Amino acid sequence: MSLSGEKRGYAVKIMKNKIYELLKMGKRIDERTPEQFREVRVLTDVVAKADGSALVSVGKTKILTGIKVEVGTPFPDRPDEGVFTVNAELLPLASKTFEPGPPDERAIELSRVVDRCLREGQALDLQKLVLVEGQKVYMLYIDCYVLDYDGNYFDAAVLSAVAALMNCSVPVYKVVDGRVEQVPGEKFKLELRNIPVSVTMGLIKDKVVVDPLPAEEEVADTIVTVGYSSETVVAAIQKSAPGLLPVPMLREMVKLGLEQSIKLRSKLLEAVGDGQKQA
Amino acid sequence: MNRPKLIDENGLRADGRRPDELRKIRMEVGVLEKTDGSAYIEVGGTKIYAGVIGPREVHPKHLELPDRGVINCRYHMASFSVDERKPLGMTRREIELSKVIREALETVVFLEEFPRMMVDIFVEVIQADGGTRTAGITAASLALADAGIPMADLIAATAVGKVEGQLVLDINELEDKYGEADMPVAMAPNLNSIVLLQLNGRMTVEEMFKGLEMAQEAIKKIHGLQTEALRNKYKVEPEGSEV
Repeated sequence: MSLSGEKRGYAVKIMKNKIYELLKMGKRIDERTPEQFREVRVLTDVVAKADGSALVSVGKTKILTGIKVEVGTPFPDRPDEGVFTVNAELLPLASKTFEPGPPDERAIELSRVVDRCLREGQALDLQKLVLVEGQKVYMLYIDCYVLDYDGNYFDAAVLSAVAALMNCSVPVYKVVDGRVEQVPGEKFKLELRNIPVSVTMGLIKDKVVVDPLPAEEEVADTIVTVGYSSETVVAAIQKSAPGLLPVPMLREMVKLGLEQSIKLRSKLLEAVGDGQKQA
Repeated sequence: MNRPKLIDENGLRADGRRPDELRKIRMEVGVLEKTDGSAYIEVGGTKIYAGVIGPREVHPKHLELPDRGVINCRYHMASFSVDERKPLGMTRREIELSKVIREALETVVFLEEFPRMMVDIFVEVIQADGGTRTAGITAASLALADAGIPMADLIAATAVGKVEGQLVLDINELEDKYGEADMPVAMAPNLNSIVLLQLNGRMTVEEMFKGLEMAQEAIKKIHGLQTEALRNKYKVEPEGSEV
């Protein structure tokens, strides 16, 4: 049953009170602690036709990222760097609130936040992806598909994009008489300089919840995603919902997020490093 | 890549500012005829018009909410506002910024005052020199006030950047392009809260909060300029003063 208008308003208020009462006791609706991430599973190499791929689930949220590599022209202002672009789609089978069609503002925001985490997190050494400076470079198309949405697509998308990069085998090209040719059968692994991870948190009155469920996202006063590229550097932030965010609460969130990011990074490394199966 | 020098030996920036200095800001309220509220802002070389239409009936109808109003926002750059002509239509960047600007402004609007109605906010960047989303928010907030939309506070915004390892306030295009980080911040100063926050670039946690303090100070100043700009529009001239 769907509620609309005032009735929905009351439902949200009741839910918010319930969630907040639980938080005051240090509990959540799915029996996690406020700072606890859901279980993360990483499966790499799930699509043979992609040069790199990863299926990541965070609880029941599931995101598939595939990477296709091509050779193309670099940006004129960055002649000595390879190129990557991130796209994200909220597939209509992932949630009843997602609709078919071109990416809406949520999907565009998601892809831009993932892009920011990878780019500013300096995951790749783009200078190693150049064939002929100013003319031919490797171009990585990183496409994320949300297959199942049960809250917090930001962190799951960053995890799956990074896992797909770690899994990526780039077909080798060489320049022969000024022409670019693929070397049959030869591939090289991408080396990641950093492993960026993001931590999304909801603020519910004066309480912070990490990795929010849809119900928590709905009642949250605001939502903030923080991207960490290492144990000391913050590389991206996105406040992705309306609402007031007092500075002291942000301070708490960034600190809490940092602790979680360290755990998340080691989980990811373990999962992808160990024969590329489950975490 | 040829990086220009962004901070000189005296600690001054390429445009001669100190690290914690804002650019020259000019604001004017009520600059457009057909909108219900409007404002114009210049922050250094950045020039923006903001217009507000509404509250009016929701279109399309199915988007209306029975218990509160709806806010729409379009942040748009003119094709000639940037060095290389921007293609017509909305880019992905513009769509993302429209969303975060709307969410920032929506936070302080008393939406329950106009159920089943909508308010459109238009931000048109005519010249871009860095800080367009923040200047756009500052102007849009004035336009909302000018339109008589009930709000809990005026929102003011600026960005803090990191260039050559140093935190600098209100970065311009050059500093954004060659700097290490850009952190746009919008706040409701009287509510002492952040309403928009993004970070694109690398900072330590300490730098981030130092930067936020710088932004917070500057936002108070911008907020002062906003109230002055609003008063200027509604100032009553004593009779007979015209010459």
